[in-house]
Amino acid sequence: MENNLLFYILLLPTLAAILIVVLPTSNKNTIRWVAFGSSLIPFFLSLLLWFQFDKTLPGFQFEIQIPWFSAIGSSFHFGVDGISLPMVLLTTILTPLAILASYGIKNQVKAYMALFLFLETGVLGVFISLDLLVFFLFWEIGLIPMYFLINQWGGAKRNYAALKFILVTMAGSLGLLLSIQILGITTGSFDLVKIYQLWPALTDANFQKAIPLGLSLTSVKAIAFWAFVLAFAIKVPVWPVHTWLPDAHTEAPTAGSMILAGVLLKLGAYGFIRLVIPFFPVEAHRYAGALAILATAAIIFGALAAFAQKDLKRLVAYSSINHMGFVVLGIAAAAFAWQSTDNGVIQSATIALNGSILQMFNHGLTSAGMFFLVGVVYDRTHTRQLDELGGLWPILPRYGAIFVFTAMAALGLPGLNGFVSEFLVVRGAWGIFPLATAFSMIGLFFTGVYILKAIAGVLHGPRNDRWLAIPEISTREVWVIAPLMVLMLWIGVWPASLLNLINHAVNFFF
Amino acid sequence: MNYELITWLIPLAPLLAFFIIFLVTYKNNRLSHTIAIGSAAISWLLSMIIFVFAVTNQEVIENGLTSSISWLPTAETWLKIGVQVDALTTITLFFVSWTILMIFIYSVGYHNFGQPEGDHDRPGLPPHGAEIIDQEGKHQYGPSIEPMYARFFGFFGLFAFAMYLLVVSNNLLTLYIGWEIMGLCSYLLIGFWYAKPSAKAAAQKAFLTTRIGDVFMLIGLAALYTITGSLQYEVIFSESVIHNLAASISPVLGLSWAGLIGLLIFMGVVGKSSQFPLHVWLPDAMEGPTPVSAMIHAATMVSAGVYLAIRFFPVLSAGWDGGAALTTPMLVMAVIGSFTALFSATIAVAQRDVKRVLAYSTISQLGFMIAALGVGAYIAAAFHLVTHAIFKALLFLGSGSIIHGMEHGVLHTQEHIDPQDMYNMGGLYKKMPKTFVTFVIGGFALAGFPFITAGFWSKDEILSGAFNGGFSIVFWVLAISAFITAFYTMRQISLVFLGNARSEAAKHAHETPTTMTFPLIILSFFAITVGWVGIPEYFPVIGGLVPNWLESFLGTMLNGEHAVVEHHSSIPLITSLVVSLGGLFLGGLLYRRIKESDKDPLEWSLSGFYKVLANKYYIDEFYQFVFIRPARWFSEKIVYQLFDQKIFDGFLHGIGKISLWLGDKFRYWFDLPVINKGGDKMASGTKKIGTNLKVTQSGRIQDYMILALAFSLLGGFIFYLILF
Repeated sequence: MENNLLFYILLLPTLAAILIVVLPTSNKNTIRWVAFGSSLIPFFLSLLLWFQFDKTLPGFQFEIQIPWFSAIGSSFHFGVDGISLPMVLLTTILTPLAILASYGIKNQVKAYMALFLFLETGVLGVFISLDLLVFFLFWEIGLIPMYFLINQWGGAKRNYAALKFILVTMAGSLGLLLSIQILGITTGSFDLVKIYQLWPALTDANFQKAIPLGLSLTSVKAIAFWAFVLAFAIKVPVWPVHTWLPDAHTEAPTAGSMILAGVLLKLGAYGFIRLVIPFFPVEAHRYAGALAILATAAIIFGALAAFAQKDLKRLVAYSSINHMGFVVLGIAAAAFAWQSTDNGVIQSATIALNGSILQMFNHGLTSAGMFFLVGVVYDRTHTRQLDELGGLWPILPRYGAIFVFTAMAALGLPGLNGFVSEFLVVRGAWGIFPLATAFSMIGLFFTGVYILKAIAGVLHGPRNDRWLAIPEISTREVWVIAPLMVLMLWIGVWPASLLNLINHAVNFFF
Repeated sequence: MNYELITWLIPLAPLLAFFIIFLVTYKNNRLSHTIAIGSAAISWLLSMIIFVFAVTNQEVIENGLTSSISWLPTAETWLKIGVQVDALTTITLFFVSWTILMIFIYSVGYHNFGQPEGDHDRPGLPPHGAEIIDQEGKHQYGPSIEPMYARFFGFFGLFAFAMYLLVVSNNLLTLYIGWEIMGLCSYLLIGFWYAKPSAKAAAQKAFLTTRIGDVFMLIGLAALYTITGSLQYEVIFSESVIHNLAASISPVLGLSWAGLIGLLIFMGVVGKSSQFPLHVWLPDAMEGPTPVSAMIHAATMVSAGVYLAIRFFPVLSAGWDGGAALTTPMLVMAVIGSFTALFSATIAVAQRDVKRVLAYSTISQLGFMIAALGVGAYIAAAFHLVTHAIFKALLFLGSGSIIHGMEHGVLHTQEHIDPQDMYNMGGLYKKMPKTFVTFVIGGFALAGFPFITAGFWSKDEILSGAFNGGFSIVFWVLAISAFITAFYTMRQISLVFLGNARSEAAKHAHETPTTMTFPLIILSFFAITVGWVGIPEYFPVIGGLVPNWLESFLGTMLNGEHAVVEHHSSIPLITSLVVSLGGLFLGGLLYRRIKESDKDPLEWSLSGFYKVLANKYYIDEFYQFVFIRPARWFSEKIVYQLFDQKIFDGFLHGIGKISLWLGDKFRYWFDLPVINKGGDKMASGTKKIGTNLKVTQSGRIQDYMILALAFSLLGGFIFYLILF
């Protein structure tokens, strides 16, 4: 049982999806509860994973290896470490909540729920894969359900948004596939653990036998590096390849946005940490400054663009770019310091990467929460325009309090989760890129501006009698947001409970 | 007793109250305020235990009482957080716990607990009053209870928690956490009546203006943490660290790291303590209920800024030898502090709203403290922080009491006037005697009325600090500000309480309930007595009668450094006396007998400049024009519409269009003509050939024989040609 834990976590959602497909279409409630119930099992299993994980050990744990394409050196190799474990946990927490948030979906419930569970398998597969080909396989699997979720259950411009989402991401995937091939051919294996050892130590002499075109090692590495970077940068998304995000997030159904912002964006950042920095330390170090500049641009322009929005959901969508900018800034600092000998730099980089990973988790909680709360108001008013809302606090007092709480977590209020990770990133990045960090403060200021704009636009102002009849947030909806709020507070007050694990993993990383 | 544990517990009681009120008791007003006041009382009691303990144990103060836990894992080490008690914490705890408790009690009366609910009252608006039918069947109007009564006490719990957390922290990180949570509370409480557009705007303005300072401060914290590896006071204020900070040069403007970090942290102080140029939020913060004004503008939030500046003084003054050569941060503080003191004092004289006068006077008094720190008068700054917190809490609560009394009159007479406008008041001393006496005590303390009031002693310390240090510009600027302070204070007292009533409502004003007057009495007691702990020994006649306890107590914070050489000049003392009494006299003279129709005497004496003052030097308009509108324009037009929609999306759409165009061309240039038409042609051609050849397939054997013969001959002929 213990060793196959990852396998169960990965496959159970798909099995549940298949089960749902054979259930009778007519009974929508059964489908919903089956979907919700079965998504809870991976959650409990990953809690088990969490408690059994030994953070003092380096390397991967709970490894499983099942032969697949042994001829080309690829196998189903899974395992987790302190970097992927929080992401697995985040995914298995958010999926049940997203399903619970989707009870309002009325048409094609069966297909919807099945796609959602299938999506969970895809995402989890990326986080736990230790084989590049399998990594790519799951990377693509994650795309398809999301495309249909946006395309079938999305808003008014759903066709455009879904197409943009899938095409832009696919454009990145092409390069990803190409460079995975290069790595596989040159090292003779797709196994991550093996490539970790072989690839950086590769020299021109043993390399030339493998590559037919007569390319030099440097150029092959450069091609592979940029292909990886582009794929992950689009997914994060790093400014300026971010414009698919506001459309996709805005048009997706509420739960789709929750998962999209909460989990899917983390795939890109995870790719940077898992693949780009260890595989291409030299290139990563060389271009870390450029990445830091783009991250700062994302922080500033993401916040400003969010401030410019009139559509509440679009505002929240842009806030993701702003927040993920901090993740990338921390990663850039870590990339710069990789294999440095200066202790001060290493310490700064460790703190920055700690912050990045924690920020990934935190943003997963807050952005999912924010999108959900936007959805709650949209379900009732059928508008997301800030100038049509406003004055809802007297009508929805409980919703208002929840909204303010979640918005403050997104703002990075100390005492809640976002502050801890942003502080760590700022502290770590300051030791490496002081100028970029100083400029990112402009973005941090405007984070406050757009959050207050959202609060004022939804809640403040005289009682809006147009919406007098709308019902207060329901018990089911409270159950969706309450776990997120508890976690936001918990991590804000006692971050060590999660950060200790991350810190150990990051220490092994450097 | 475990005093470390007690210190840890001080902030927790109000936090617990916050959660209980919001999660459980939010529907029960009585239970909610009981829990809130109970928690404030617990914190007060614990603070007093710590206070007495610290004051009676000299070794505790000298060594500090501290306790830490590991909070954040950072590579091989942990970032520690914890609590500590030293002299500065002790005196801050004293005034914070008293004022917070008094304000909590006062709020019960202020929010009309026990009165009926108003018929038209809505959450988010101030209560409009209720119609009551008395025993004789007459319709009467009376006050009504605040619709969000429980929520108010919940927020107050959080606010008190944040302030206590800030005070007992032994490191800058938890201080910053308390600092920011207070920022949130001020946002929530200034915007408590969020349905009012003015309150909504003021709340955002307060949060965002202070946030400008906060992001600078965050960078300062990051820099300090990077260099020293810690944010604990005992580490960052240790002599070796201070020395290193002062000696190492930062990359910015040739400042030392101590100078750069000092300036960055000071930016946070500028925001929080509302110094020029980030002072604009504080007057607007008067949109909140009056207890909030007292809380924010006296006891807690603005004091927190000065508290940080005092706390951070070792770094701010790193490299200062006690002479006239100030460090860069000190110079900046001296300039900004004294400028703010004068600048906002001049605005205060032209305000008509009873609370706005006090708001500007707060900014001005905070400027005094900042300026005092700038010239190295550490103890004077801390002294004024304590006295000001107490008398300003008293004044704000007093003004709330006045407004409450006036509102009572407005409800009774159904007159449509602004109950906060001082020109609608007058003669209230008869109607509200308790408020009158306590307000005068507070006002005189603010004006620095000699010998009796606490404000005199602390302000005199600041003036003599500036004078004896040789900073004559600072001294004179502060002296003029002190004169204006005394003047506008007497203007306020005269307009509100003296003369005759200038409106019907003022004639029917009413003394407020005991829950409101009791805190006033307590605070006015301290507004007098607190000053006696810091009477300098060299003071003529009474100096030395009471030992200068404050100086020896707070002196432990300075490790014997920076002891300014005392010049016992009588010039600052005489100046204090002259400006205070002169200002009070002039204010009383001009405003004692203002009639309803009279214009403000300053309006004709200052003519056009009065308008500039009344409009606060047009700084809000300037900011609107120079910062806010361009920021909005840049976000919308450049970042969103130009970058995202035109350039990046345009690029994507361009690729899409090129692909479509290419596909189109493939279709019309290759696919259709070559593949499609080629295929069709091949089909039709084959068919045609077949049709044409059909004639040869006649079915008659003779035709086939002839054809066979012909082909044989032809074949033979070709064969012959090829062979030969």
